[in-house]
Amino acid sequence: MRRIPALLGSRLALSALSRAMFVGFVRDRAALVFSILIPVLFLALFGSIYKSTDAAKISVIEVGRVPLLDQAAAAAPAQLGRIMTISRSTDLAASLDAVRKGTDDAAVQQRGHTLVVHYSIADQTTAGLVQAVFSSIVQQADAAAAGRTGGYQLTASQVEDKSLQPIQYIAPGLLGWAIASGGAFGAAITLVSWRQTKLLRRLRLAPVSVGSVVLARVGLSLVLALVQLAVFLAIATLPYFGLRLSADWWMAIPVVLCGTLAFMSIGLVVGSFTTSQQAATAIANVIILPMAFLGGAFVPLDFAPAWIRDVSYAMPLRYLVIGMQNVLARGEGATSALPAIGILLGLATVLTLISVRAFRWDSI
Amino acid sequence: MVASMPVAISVRGLRKSYGPVVAVNGVSFDVELGEFFGILGPNGAGKTTTLELVEGLREPDDGELSVLGRAPWPRNPALLPRIGVQLQASSFFERLTAREQIRTFASLYGVPARRADRMLDTVGLTESANVRAEKLSGGQAQRLSIACALVHDPELLFMDEPTGALDPQARRNLWDLLRQVNADGRTVVLTTHHMDEAEVLCDRVAIMDHGDILKLGQPAALVRAIDSPVRISVESGQLSVADARLLWSGAVTDDGVSLTIATREPAPVLAGLADRRALEGLRVQGATLEDVFLDLTGREYRA
Repeated sequence: MRRIPALLGSRLALSALSRAMFVGFVRDRAALVFSILIPVLFLALFGSIYKSTDAAKISVIEVGRVPLLDQAAAAAPAQLGRIMTISRSTDLAASLDAVRKGTDDAAVQQRGHTLVVHYSIADQTTAGLVQAVFSSIVQQADAAAAGRTGGYQLTASQVEDKSLQPIQYIAPGLLGWAIASGGAFGAAITLVSWRQTKLLRRLRLAPVSVGSVVLARVGLSLVLALVQLAVFLAIATLPYFGLRLSADWWMAIPVVLCGTLAFMSIGLVVGSFTTSQQAATAIANVIILPMAFLGGAFVPLDFAPAWIRDVSYAMPLRYLVIGMQNVLARGEGATSALPAIGILLGLATVLTLISVRAFRWDSI
Repeated sequence: MVASMPVAISVRGLRKSYGPVVAVNGVSFDVELGEFFGILGPNGAGKTTTLELVEGLREPDDGELSVLGRAPWPRNPALLPRIGVQLQASSFFERLTAREQIRTFASLYGVPARRADRMLDTVGLTESANVRAEKLSGGQAQRLSIACALVHDPELLFMDEPTGALDPQARRNLWDLLRQVNADGRTVVLTTHHMDEAEVLCDRVAIMDHGDILKLGQPAALVRAIDSPVRISVESGQLSVADARLLWSGAVTDDGVSLTIATREPAPVLAGLADRRALEGLRVQGATLEDVFLDLTGREYRA
């Protein structure tokens, strides 16, 4: 029989495998529901619940008398009230402790003409917000003192853009969870079930390179992740939910792709060490679900207790979520996603090497 | 190198252990081109391991192994297109139809879709082409599995327990298909624990037990070689056990349904039964490969 040249042959094999996996996935209603519908329902649910609360309001402790703040509050009560809540205290040590613990966002003192703002950098967004608000207050006061304007006038617009609406935490968080689950479960279950049905052995007996098999499965996961991204952005940017995309939102695409590779590699390790689909599913769950809570997917890290924020640094999901948040919602510029991309790719490399070493064609 | 290849498979002193368990204990055999070769034995005899070694799925501990003139281990991409391996009926891509399955496998070998569809027709699955593999019956799935193994027109076909879980009708249909595959000029090697299957299909069989080949040869020759009595049975009530014992040498039993006479000289018994018009429900059973196994091992054959 006439055979097709080797290079063309391997391209054919890759496209045939990709097609087979893609068709098989699209027909798997459970997988579609699990990877797209449920995350989207969560998005709609959380997006609706937290829509009305202004989560990004900063809470400020006025320690002693701070005339500058009082004047600002008196001059523009409505604008300031939208940005901050003010409580009063005379105990500086207790106030600083409250800021350190994250109970409050800033403690303010006034020493003569100097406004002293104490804030914590544990949460950089809030820290940035605090700085922006108070520098704006000081500028207004300066301007008023110089007689250039008639009185205090707080320009809150700049600050408001920087403050994050709940949807801007929720969308990247849930998307990160959806992508992590899709990648990890997809890789783990495919590997285990193909070993169980001996399809893996059947492929080994065909003139197909291992690379083609892996590439086809990775391709499927990457496409799935991009579909998840597209669906999430389409829904979250609906006026009802009100996600506003930053200029460099496109940088979320490489973050999503690298996150998918990282979580697929977690799934590959799980699949290499388990022998049944049930075990693979259980172990992947044990890894992904706590990570969703500890890595900022379900509980935005800005509002999470300090210990969760500390733990989150050990969670791969954190980098996927933060990386997406930075470029999707915080407007921090394309390069802000690079550390996350680096960490995710590094993780993918290490875990892939481990799973290659542990790889078994057969269950015996 | 010899220009012409006299044998399809040559195995010498093949050995494989899993830890302390010796699965294959130095077996040797040849399979000729075009032959239908069976490896027969109870579960745990080492036949599947032998097959996996020959297919190149496992590395032998020791021994020489040549398949179509090449070494199957390590994974030999030049050999793979020339062999077809039928695994289990479940070794398919998930949620793909029969046609999609075989077309996918065809693509892996660079074989056009037309040929895949023809192959589907050959195994009688054209009507089920749009049925998903997991919805096929056991016999249909087994046929699809064989079609996928044959789609690239291999010279050599391996099958591991092809009729394992099939009902008798499906088994017979599959036997017809396998005979046809072999008649087309392909060398076929199968493992089975069904003695009847080996007798019906195979040109030669190797009987394995505990990792060794006990006997190798044509089924009929193996059966004839053991000096085993012929069992002649007729319906009960035509002749008493006492009468039968008086008339012929040999063991006579009557279980209330059949009167059975085991004898090494069947001719006078048959003639005598005919004289007495006691041929109602006559059955004559020669020795089978099961008797060969019993003779070789002293054990009753149990699959």
